[in-house]
Amino acid sequence: MTTVALPRSSAFTDAVIDMAHGAGGKASRRLIEGLIVPATMAGVAGEGLGDAACLTVGTARLAITTDSFVVRPLRFPGGSIGELAVNGTVNDLAVSGALPVALVCSLIVEAGLATDVLRTEMTAIGVAASRAGVLVVGGDTKVVEHGKADGMYITTTGLGQVDPRTALSVAAVRPGDSILISGHIGDHGVTVLLARGEVDLTANLRSDTRSVYPLVRALVDAVGPDVRWMRDPTRGGLATSLNELARDCGLAIVLEEDAVPVRDEVRGACELLGLDPLHIANEGQFVAVVAAESASRALDALRRVPGGDSASMIGRVEVAPARTVLAVAPYGGTRVVDMLVGDPLPRIC
Amino acid sequence: MKFVDEFRDPRLIRQASDEIRRLADPSRHYRIMEVCGGHTHAIYRFALADLLPPNIELVHGPGCPVCVLPMGRIDEALSLVDEQQAIFTTFGDVMRVPGRHGSPLERKARGADIRMVYSPLDALKIAREHPDRHVVFFAIGFETTAPSTALTLKRARQLGVSNFSVFSNHVTIVPAIRAILDSPDMRLDAFIGPGHVSTVIGARPYSFIARDYAKPVVISGFEPIDLLQSIVMILRQFRDHRADVENQYQRTVPWEGNLPALRALAEVFELRPYFEWRGLGFISQSALKLRRDYAPWDTEARFEMAAVRVTDPNAAQCGEVLKGVLKPHQCKLFGRECTPERPVGALMVSSEGACAAYFNYVHRRAAAAV
Repeated sequence: MTTVALPRSSAFTDAVIDMAHGAGGKASRRLIEGLIVPATMAGVAGEGLGDAACLTVGTARLAITTDSFVVRPLRFPGGSIGELAVNGTVNDLAVSGALPVALVCSLIVEAGLATDVLRTEMTAIGVAASRAGVLVVGGDTKVVEHGKADGMYITTTGLGQVDPRTALSVAAVRPGDSILISGHIGDHGVTVLLARGEVDLTANLRSDTRSVYPLVRALVDAVGPDVRWMRDPTRGGLATSLNELARDCGLAIVLEEDAVPVRDEVRGACELLGLDPLHIANEGQFVAVVAAESASRALDALRRVPGGDSASMIGRVEVAPARTVLAVAPYGGTRVVDMLVGDPLPRIC
Repeated sequence: MKFVDEFRDPRLIRQASDEIRRLADPSRHYRIMEVCGGHTHAIYRFALADLLPPNIELVHGPGCPVCVLPMGRIDEALSLVDEQQAIFTTFGDVMRVPGRHGSPLERKARGADIRMVYSPLDALKIAREHPDRHVVFFAIGFETTAPSTALTLKRARQLGVSNFSVFSNHVTIVPAIRAILDSPDMRLDAFIGPGHVSTVIGARPYSFIARDYAKPVVISGFEPIDLLQSIVMILRQFRDHRADVENQYQRTVPWEGNLPALRALAEVFELRPYFEWRGLGFISQSALKLRRDYAPWDTEARFEMAAVRVTDPNAAQCGEVLKGVLKPHQCKLFGRECTPERPVGALMVSSEGACAAYFNYVHRRAAAAV
């Protein structure tokens, strides 16, 4: 999603926008930092690209965020574009330490779309919003020519109320802090990849799309300001979120590879296709940095929330190597975990 | 997970690592080439170098099909998209290979009809679904993927599909190994033999390496235990002063190879007199073209194609890295002009390329340690 200007970003010089610039990895970051932020957000003070912008309006601390959804196919096991459009924006607010309050929702619909499909997705938005406890308070609808929008695109913009007990900031992250994940990674990305039908594989998998607010709330209730930083690892996966953290805080993130919860179905599909689960998108998880002394209390709190039983402590923050994510295998080998470059493409052999 | 976790058992991995330390003679240096790009990827992915003593050096070989593809081939095939309004199909690995006017992925984003497939049969299916368009399958890979191309061509012929052709870039592994062995700057002690290729060709074709060059060869699987065990087997050969072809990957690789696959290859393909390998130059009898019987499905026979030769940028040292003379990070462009995101050389494109693997899994750690 959004916020705020970073120091020292080099100008974006690519001549043409390619798919990789939207895939959430390195190319996206270069585009945002090298072109979009400098042109549109000059003079906005801040400390890095977060999931939502937090601002003070009068006496209220508000969080605002926006996200566009262009998923294909529109429906997949465990969810659909409508549900994603609510949960994605709700989660960006939640991991920014805010109570999600309201959404506005813009539709770009392709001429020729069956009304039933649109109705189903609008119902999905309604149900997901009520489940997440947010109001849809407005929107906009545009129709474009057939062949121009993969059926439909949805953009949601969300407003949240910042929880005064939180003090999330990348500057608060300290060596020794613990890294927690709310559950299994990779379910969403692999489910959608398989639902496209381009790979002749089937697996008993569902997208993990959900609001993570109840989990975030339990975490904040349990340890308050000892939660230093949170992010929902969507496109680009956990690897990309943690690389952004490592870069923004100037420290090292060291993962215990075996501690990261990944279902066998996801591991299996990734092994076959030559993908890394750490690069696969999630739509119902978040990763948090918590002070070491509060980590086990935080984990207990997460695990008590329905749907939080596979929450895990997956690593820690260290001093060196700076701005790097490492994964340590149980037999002692250590590898660098980089951000995703472009979309994950399967290997041939 | 079954069939994976057994081969990543930390206890067994440590045992194998200890055995390697016991067997390695501290007074000498071992340069062992893993021929296959899949091995290169696994070695970095599992950080196996961390488990080896410093006098065992793994040298990355030419067994990455995308890496050895000459730059002009992509341009030639993409010209059909422009001139014939053809649908271009290929494997995911090829999508990011830079051509003169962009990679297939970039061309696709700008509107060219370029589709990623997981099997050549999917490309044939696209041809049957679009009888009014010509569909080109950009075939790439060693003997690993060539049989599936061969079977697809047999199917196309059976079905009489006339709007489908294959642009063959299939190469064979043995001539490349021989070229490396004959190269004057070659300094290798042993080979970790390719796994997937050998499931098709078997172990016998490597016997000349042991017989004529007195170098041990151990065909290996792709899991951490496989690779470490293969190194143990190589070191035992050195201890016993032997040079043999041995097969660590017996669960998949039959000594004689996969006979039906070999028959399909022989039926559809013949050897080209010579073929250009990026970084290694022209190697005779090292690549496959379609037999005359299959000319109607042979892109090169069917369309007039300008043989495009594009030389690598001067500063790129892909050839030296491919032959194992330079380490990826010793190339002048590595990590500066050439990164996985904006690759100059193909070794930086495929995740099996030594440069991409080194960049993704090691580079920043090494840089930070300096």
